[in-house]
Amino acid sequence: MNAVEIQELKKTFDGENYVLKGLNLQIEKGNIACIIGFSGTGKSVLLKHLLGLYKPSSGVISILGKNIADLQDSEMSSFRCNFGVLFQDAALFDDMSTLENVMFPINEYRKDLSYKERKELASAKLDQVGLGKEHFNKLPSQVSGGMRKRVGLARAIALDPDIILYDEPTTGLDPIMTEMVDDLILSTHRSRTGITSIVITHDLHAAFRLGDEIAMLDKGKVLLKGTAEDFFNTDIDLVKRFVEKGVKKT
Amino acid sequence: MKVEKNLQDNFIFQSLTHIGSYFLFTKQSMQWLFRSPYRWPEFFKHMEFIGNKSVFIICLTGFFTGMVLSFQIYLGFSLINAENLVGPTVGLGIFRELGPVLTGLIVSARAGGAMAARLGTMRVTEQIDALDVMGISPLQYLVSPRVFAATICMPLLTAIFDAVAMLGSYLLGVHFLGLDEALFIDKVNNMIDPSHINEGLFKAACFGFIFGTVCTYQGYNAKGGARGVGDATNAGVVISMVSIIVMDFFLTKLIRIYLGWTSL
Repeated sequence: MNAVEIQELKKTFDGENYVLKGLNLQIEKGNIACIIGFSGTGKSVLLKHLLGLYKPSSGVISILGKNIADLQDSEMSSFRCNFGVLFQDAALFDDMSTLENVMFPINEYRKDLSYKERKELASAKLDQVGLGKEHFNKLPSQVSGGMRKRVGLARAIALDPDIILYDEPTTGLDPIMTEMVDDLILSTHRSRTGITSIVITHDLHAAFRLGDEIAMLDKGKVLLKGTAEDFFNTDIDLVKRFVEKGVKKT
Repeated sequence: MKVEKNLQDNFIFQSLTHIGSYFLFTKQSMQWLFRSPYRWPEFFKHMEFIGNKSVFIICLTGFFTGMVLSFQIYLGFSLINAENLVGPTVGLGIFRELGPVLTGLIVSARAGGAMAARLGTMRVTEQIDALDVMGISPLQYLVSPRVFAATICMPLLTAIFDAVAMLGSYLLGVHFLGLDEALFIDKVNNMIDPSHINEGLFKAACFGFIFGTVCTYQGYNAKGGARGVGDATNAGVVISMVSIIVMDFFLTKLIRIYLGWTSL
């Protein structure tokens, strides 16, 4: 079964220039799918479509069997509980402590739990991503970039979503931190069966390491979709160059 | 297609688009205000920020405004031996116009600017997107409580401004300019009607709503990093201030001529 199915997705902001030009993509449930590509190929626009933040100009986006273009705003809001998102800079609320950040979605959706239970649940999620208790009461500005990613991930998985999206999770991090975040993605994915992870990245090494399936975007379309092996054996010139540069760099 | 593009680049078209989206934003924010879950903790947090934290600056400004207005009016009225009317004249000016307008300008610069900068920063650091993807309406969580708090706080702050300005006027008039204390109080009591105070408080609530919606709209729609946040803050404060002064005229006309709430 496919967790995500995109058919002929087109998007234009000015009615003239198309960012996405008839994109087709299927992501199988339970897989880690990595979406790679050069800057400006439409990766972030695709992500915002998956989250329902952008409406497609045309085409169908079906997530967990539902065409999200058909959903009303209020329906979309509740449907978004199926998603967890780790943003590029974690997007933590800067006036809340790390623990409060993770408690935030729990407070909104788990009103059946007592305050103590909600706090314990948030603490458990922070433990799961390896954040020590001594950092629970710190503000996001008082912890390192890597820790912010951990908190962002803990918040993303706070409600046990079916789909976790990672927007450029390793951009701006050093190699050791990058590996730590990659490990975190893998361990989070394996922590529960049936989770689908979608990683938007231009880090080829991470994509080959993490991805059960990898899709490369170019000019608003999927240029190649397959496994790491398919990317090494391809005849498509642009993909070959991207792989060569990416592998050399790593 | 080219004609459409030229139209989109047109200044008037862009201005109309902004005005349209501002009204839509305001309407949606108001609708969210009456939908559960009600954001009381957020509302009280913003009441504290807009209200409590503005009290000192409002008192300071009010006190000196009352004194300077008394002094200027005294200088003019003393030429025609009408010094005893200094108190009620200052009162009418403060209660009807200067109280709400100056409070509006001060609070929109202080709290409105902070609101626009806060929401702008949240926008460019994807915190608003994060709320959206959690299925929480940013309008309900971030905008509605701020607008409501601004609308409620402004009349309260204006009342404080009015009281402190009258105190300043009394102290200067009676203790430094030698006006008769009993006459000062008597004239103020006789010539100032509660409807004059209500007129100012009503205007203040309108000004709170205006700067609340304008500043949150600008911040909410900020684009492009630190510069975008700066532009949004600047636009929020400037548009709020100009709107308050322009709307003051129309509100005065509405209250005094069409609604006939006050006499004199």
